[in-house]
Amino acid sequence: MNQVALERGRMKAPPLRGAGGGRRTEDGRPRTALGRRLAAVRRRRSAVVGGVIVLLVLGTALLSLVWTPHPYQEQDLGRAILPPFWMPGGQTSFALGTDLNGRDLLSRIMVGAQASLFVGIASVLVGGALGVTLGLLAGYFGGWFESLVMRLVDVQLSMPGVLLAIAILAAIGKGLLNVVLVLGIVSWVQYARFVRGSTLAVKGQEYVAAARAVGATHSRIVWRHVFPNILPPLLTVSTINVSSNILAESALSYLGVGVPLSTVTWGGMLNEGKNLFELAWWNAAWPGLAILLIVFGINLLGDGLNDASS
Amino acid sequence: MGGLLLQRVWQGVVVLFAVSLFSFVLIFLSGDPVAALVPLNARQEDIANIRHQYNLDQPLPVQYLLFLGRAARGDMGESFRYRTPALPLVLSRLPNTVLLAVVSLLLTALVSLPLGILAARYGGPLDTLASFLSLLAISMPSFWLGVIFIIVFAGALRWLPASGAGTWKQLILPTLTVSTFSIGLLTRLVRRSVGETLRREFVTVARAKGLKEAHILWGHVLRNSAIPIVTVMGLQFGALLGGSVVVETVFAWPGVGWLMIQAIEARDLPVIRAAVLILAVFIVVINLLVDLIYTWLDPRIKLGARP
Repeated sequence: MNQVALERGRMKAPPLRGAGGGRRTEDGRPRTALGRRLAAVRRRRSAVVGGVIVLLVLGTALLSLVWTPHPYQEQDLGRAILPPFWMPGGQTSFALGTDLNGRDLLSRIMVGAQASLFVGIASVLVGGALGVTLGLLAGYFGGWFESLVMRLVDVQLSMPGVLLAIAILAAIGKGLLNVVLVLGIVSWVQYARFVRGSTLAVKGQEYVAAARAVGATHSRIVWRHVFPNILPPLLTVSTINVSSNILAESALSYLGVGVPLSTVTWGGMLNEGKNLFELAWWNAAWPGLAILLIVFGINLLGDGLNDASS
Repeated sequence: MGGLLLQRVWQGVVVLFAVSLFSFVLIFLSGDPVAALVPLNARQEDIANIRHQYNLDQPLPVQYLLFLGRAARGDMGESFRYRTPALPLVLSRLPNTVLLAVVSLLLTALVSLPLGILAARYGGPLDTLASFLSLLAISMPSFWLGVIFIIVFAGALRWLPASGAGTWKQLILPTLTVSTFSIGLLTRLVRRSVGETLRREFVTVARAKGLKEAHILWGHVLRNSAIPIVTVMGLQFGALLGGSVVVETVFAWPGVGWLMIQAIEARDLPVIRAAVLILAVFIVVINLLVDLIYTWLDPRIKLGARP
């Protein structure tokens, strides 16, 4: 009976949230050698474009730590809702315009990159650490522990992640670290299930049996032999998870249950800007474009990594 | 067949049990629930009274059983904000949320299935375009897309209303916004799944037999690609129900999601609890239905003997 459940679990698993199997080699069927080569180049090129976008945003976030065109909190009602520089009334020193309090939007977009990247990366570390550990142990040792972990995975997967995150944040309150924690908890299942599957596959290999035969301890086998072998696909899953968590963070902050407005986030900026849309559409446009750019870049990179590893 | 179904129902019960435990604990995560009920200057004995009235002076397991018993009878407590029972309040908003999810799922299927199949079958520029657009779609922040739709179609062009529900015109923008992500996701999946099936040996055999391409595609390829597609569509329905929390708020769409966000702002814990439970029950039922569709699509699953 358990076997069926596990089979079903595995079958149902990969496409969810596009993480595990959602982005495996998608490429159809180049029939000739030339076609295959062209496809490979195209894939690599998209990965390169994705990588450049990610580096650009990362660089912006780092730059904003030491320099922004204007102090990002500086208010001046005399220059409230200035339009972008190319529109009538715009000023080149406020290239993307200003918000209702006269704060420079370009500076705030730059600073907002910090929170997005921090939440994206930190939450993946939290979820990854939790999921990889439990998945490795479940796959390697099996037994009741495996059943328990996999049942927990089943339960959590039947709830949409956003809903779960909103419910928990509603209870524990908003905050940057709370968002990291909650997104980590929401995403651990993807790692646990995928790592357990890979561990089961690796466990059957001869070199693991050989390591055990020469007297290696379980913990040595798990960390020195099994873990390095599941690392490449793990990186792909993590990359794509960074983008989905950035998207989730911006939605939570937009809804007002994520990062409080005292920290500049793109979701929060959009929350502040959405009611100005008739008056100053740029307040809502730039933060969303920034989110789209970084998420698109990471997804491109993830697709490229996925193609390369399979 | 009966055994598998029974097992799936049992699994659904386990999930519901876990969700009930989660929504029970939820209230305690926020600190002392009494604090949400009484004014700041409440007297000590008033607080004790309320604690007793809500059974908060009982041991936690007893409280949980009381909670389960009441929930089973449809009593999810009273909304702090509206002073009416929480469950009917949530249920009255459910049809709007389900309507949005169903229409979005239909739109998703209508766009993704043909697009994914054509991309996998013919490749070339169409494939490149479909890949690009679907990647863009899954990278799109839905709430931003919604705001942009409002700016363009409600603000600048004045074609469609920006908010509310009741007429078909009000359904258009929320549906487009909710569907974008799932269209991207499903197109990618259909394209990959059909592409993989097209490379299988039985397709070559069918071609060698001289079968028409259309027959191969509809009779052999789609039937074999159907399982992952149905899986994801079932899961997407759950995701649409959950994701609608965000989009409902953007468009002031009077569904469970928007109600939940308003309840969070008002710290209306019984309503939050009821909304989470109702959505979860709904999703469990949908998953069960998807399982039934499986056994129809792939008889091997009935026997529990998948290769």
